[in-house]
Amino acid sequence: MTSKPISSQQITQTCLLAGKIILQNGGETYRVEDTMVRIAAAYGIEDSQSFVTPTGIIFAIDGSSQITRLIRISERSTNLNKVSLVNDISRRISSGKLPVEEAYRQLQEVDTNSFVYPAWLKIIAAAIASGCFLIMFKGGWQDFIPVAITGGTGFWFLIKIHRIVPIRFFAEFITALLIGTISVLLVHYGLGNNLNKMIIGSVMPLVPGLHITAAVRDLMAGHLVSGLSKGAEAFLTAFAIGSGIAAVLSFY
Amino acid sequence: MMIIEQLLTSFIASAAFGLIFNVPKRTLIHCGATGMVSWSIYMISTELSLAAIPATLIAAFVVTVISQLFAKLYKTPIIVFSVAGIIPLVPGGLAYDAMKHVVQDQYDIAVQLAVEAFMISGAIAIGLVFSEVINQLIRKTDR
Repeated sequence: MTSKPISSQQITQTCLLAGKIILQNGGETYRVEDTMVRIAAAYGIEDSQSFVTPTGIIFAIDGSSQITRLIRISERSTNLNKVSLVNDISRRISSGKLPVEEAYRQLQEVDTNSFVYPAWLKIIAAAIASGCFLIMFKGGWQDFIPVAITGGTGFWFLIKIHRIVPIRFFAEFITALLIGTISVLLVHYGLGNNLNKMIIGSVMPLVPGLHITAAVRDLMAGHLVSGLSKGAEAFLTAFAIGSGIAAVLSFY
Repeated sequence: MMIIEQLLTSFIASAAFGLIFNVPKRTLIHCGATGMVSWSIYMISTELSLAAIPATLIAAFVVTVISQLFAKLYKTPIIVFSVAGIIPLVPGGLAYDAMKHVVQDQYDIAVQLAVEAFMISGAIAIGLVFSEVINQLIRKTDR
């Protein structure tokens, strides 16, 4: 396929890096496998196997020089921009326009650069989203500002506490607790009217929407292990939020 | 007036969610549009006295169709769009009500609400699957 032979070592590295970036940033498991097999095929290795779970990737190529490698994924976040960028790179590799060294360099660039929106922008987005959800759930406009403040504060707090408490479930529980308390206080001091709508609105930025979608798509594609474990993750988050709010309500 | 308000807020909320999930900048508007379509379908269906579960099913189905179109058009992973579109459909309000009744020791109502919230989540999942299957069928007949 190519004029000069490329070492399978290099191909494996490129595939694994691409897979790692997609998996770490919230891409679906089947996309990880698909991308790795596609890249390998584009560089002339027709027979490659991959096994991907949310916490690790095993990738093996057959042929004259067999290689099997394992990557452990411990840190996961949500950055669909990176997933999209790797998708672009893999598309160009498939069309044969990108030599392997260049592809690896570009992937490394994607891996090291953050490509995230600044935290303050995300907090503002969370605040506005909370307010908008209040209106969508037929709450009154007079509660818009209190809900925006509660939702923004909650999201900011989640980012902060997640750095201190690495256990996601616990961080989300405490955040829900905080959101519930702020909402109750606002209503108590007459700054908010409808407590129920206020809590629902301000909790929305924590909802595990991405996990639900990814879990369903993985299950559909036959990745039962990943689909179920992502579903469990989504359920845990929902449960953490629910119990945090329930704890506040039981005192109120 | 109420319709405009709903359309506007669902657009902004979905785009804001896109921002939280770090979608590429050029797709923010499309994320908002997907969310807006999904919420307006849900709203219109419930106005036409359709139950929440089939309304969610239809909305989730349309969201996936639109997301597939966008994904093909802009050569971007489909999950970028479908996530934003699904967010307004998530039964947050029902789950909250269920939780509230648990706290008030009204387990009978709580279980009812929880089952309904669970069914709506299932409807979202089936809507996603359904249009995916149709998309795959179309692609197969194309070849």
